[in-house]
Amino acid sequence: MNAPLHLWLIPLLPLAGFLINGLLGKRLPRALVTTVALLAPLASFAVVLWAALFAFPNAGPGPVLVGLPYIETLGPWITVGTLHIDFTFVLDQLSLVMLLVVTGVGFLIHIYSVGYMAHDKGYARYFSYLNLFLFFMTVLVLAGNTLVMFIGWEGVGLASYLLIGFWFTKDSAANAGKKAFIVNRIGDFGFLIAMFMLLANFGTLTFSEIAAKLAANPVWTGGVLTCIALCLMLGAAGKSAQLPLYIWLPDAMEGPTPVSALIHAATMVTAGVYLVARMHFLFDRAPIALSVVAIIGAATALFAATMALVQNDIKRVLAYSTISQLGYMFLGCGVAAYSAAIFHLMTHAFFKALLFLAAGSVIHGLGGEQDMRKMGGLRKKLPITFLTMTVGVVAIAGIPPFAGFFSKDAILFAAFQQGTLGKALYFVGLVTAALTAFYMFRLWYLTFTGESRSHDAHPHESPWSMLGPLVILAFLSVVGGWIGIERFAAYLAPATGARAVEAGSSQLEIIFSIVAVAVALLGWFIADLFYRQKPSRPTELAAAMPGAYNVLVHKYYVDEFYGAVIVKPLLALSTYVLGWVVDNAILGGLAWLLGGIATFAGALLQRWQSGNLRSYAAWLAAGAAALLLFLFAPALLASHGISTFWKGW
Amino acid sequence: MTDQVPISWYLILSATLFVLGVLGFLIKRNLITVFMSIELMLNGVNLSFVTFAHQWHAVKGQIFVFFVMMVAAAEAAVGLAIIIAIFRARATLAVDRIDLMKL
Repeated sequence: MNAPLHLWLIPLLPLAGFLINGLLGKRLPRALVTTVALLAPLASFAVVLWAALFAFPNAGPGPVLVGLPYIETLGPWITVGTLHIDFTFVLDQLSLVMLLVVTGVGFLIHIYSVGYMAHDKGYARYFSYLNLFLFFMTVLVLAGNTLVMFIGWEGVGLASYLLIGFWFTKDSAANAGKKAFIVNRIGDFGFLIAMFMLLANFGTLTFSEIAAKLAANPVWTGGVLTCIALCLMLGAAGKSAQLPLYIWLPDAMEGPTPVSALIHAATMVTAGVYLVARMHFLFDRAPIALSVVAIIGAATALFAATMALVQNDIKRVLAYSTISQLGYMFLGCGVAAYSAAIFHLMTHAFFKALLFLAAGSVIHGLGGEQDMRKMGGLRKKLPITFLTMTVGVVAIAGIPPFAGFFSKDAILFAAFQQGTLGKALYFVGLVTAALTAFYMFRLWYLTFTGESRSHDAHPHESPWSMLGPLVILAFLSVVGGWIGIERFAAYLAPATGARAVEAGSSQLEIIFSIVAVAVALLGWFIADLFYRQKPSRPTELAAAMPGAYNVLVHKYYVDEFYGAVIVKPLLALSTYVLGWVVDNAILGGLAWLLGGIATFAGALLQRWQSGNLRSYAAWLAAGAAALLLFLFAPALLASHGISTFWKGW
Repeated sequence: MTDQVPISWYLILSATLFVLGVLGFLIKRNLITVFMSIELMLNGVNLSFVTFAHQWHAVKGQIFVFFVMMVAAAEAAVGLAIIIAIFRARATLAVDRIDLMKL
């Protein structure tokens, strides 16, 4: 440690931005709002960048940073008996990578928002929420124990809720916000239970202490650890939109497009992956939980990809694609290839933010149109958007040398090396890769090629405040993967555990890469067949298989299923049992009874207050006489040999 | 000292005066009579104070009597003023008709 590092600055700067714009934004001139909103994440990013590049001396030939993990304790929080919890921030390689993504991509999306939200009435409100999100997200990433992490965890949920329902006068937006919040509660329940079990079994919530205790007791495996890991996974599934809690993410597209890019693609939804990677020492000891993570990841990847095939809303295609890619990351975590998962997290943040922002640029250019059936032929009209989006599409499809290829390949390769289950999941991942290429090129063809199908719009290219971030992100989507998984894994090794880097022969790896690319090209080829060469083919196919098509269009009827099995019974229970019986009958009756008694007693005693002076005096005299009797009667009676139950004077 | 009046006689007289005062307070309708009944009660109590002071050779009882007399004088002044005010306002001194405090 050669210079003081102030980790608390990283979350505090966006918080200051939030406070300034949130409290005063309405009265400030727009230019000042913009300055504050952009400076906050930029300054945070600068601190992170400084920490990443200069704060820690690089010792040795490899990327070995001296002084990491760097722990900053801001003060005690809870001290009860033996329980001791501090406000602690931890900086290690894992949180550094995550912070770079969060603040870096976050800053670019802030810039983009300046153009995208320029005409919105809630300009200052929007940026204050966006800064609030960055505050909580950086707290989540920097947290040194699960409780501090939980602050960030809940906080990003709040920011997500506020931003999904940003246009709250629209019913669907308000409902989508509520849905996201409520579904996330289910996951948070898992997280809370996991924390309680950690406290009960380890007596601490600090990551490093839990890791140390586990390291000191190598015999601890399975059992309680599996239980804790599964509860954590439930939390992660809620936040990262995995099966069975993914349903909120497609609806979250009601929010402004930059929000979808920042929160619901690049950063917040990856918090679950981050949580699993952060707690890897626990998951490593719970093989069953790890398998569950892998299976959920692979299943979600495939499931969401099939749903993305038939969506017509450009943002919804990307939403399902996000769920699918998050599935890949969990697959990576599940086969203990944490560095590969984080690698994919990073490249995904680049290309998915790019795709969303490019889609936003298309929507902006068409005056709010999101239906791909009404787009088409935009290549000439929006040249820069077209170019950058092409980069994003190729990157997510997994075609080298773009970023997505490297990270996806790393995950699939790691999966294949994990026994029979891993091999099965590898093929699921491969099929998903083909589907991914197909639906992304479908989006690409529908939006940019062919004849224009829009009615009245005069598409216009977006301003440079929006195109600038697109170009930067496109650049990152190209070069983001070139660092290579080996170097990336070596860099992360101190934080995610030095899993013996799967030393497969390089020949085998090349074969795998060729297979992955072939599959991606196959997906492209089919999309080309369907949407460029003969655009009538998709409709014919849908007509030929109405059953399958309907199931996909209705997203496997999962929303309907949840509605019938969970929402309806809950509503009925609330209305009839809780509402009518408990609230109206029991509580209402009790209140009525108590009120009645008081009224009745009042009516009786009221008669006493006659206003007649002599009646008051008589009561006074009677009272005095009664008091005297009470005091002296026992003594009087005792002299006659009669005892009373009270003592008297 | 066998020729002294027994203490019980004093106390009986005191109690009689007090009870007369109470009865007057309860029965009489004229506010001035009611007021006089209060004085009667006070003096009944005063008599028992003086009796006990004499019996126990303690000066405290007599001091109390002075206090009571002083308060009674003040009370008479204030009370009579109130009575005059009431009479001016209501043109009556009948206790039963001064009942504005009724709910």
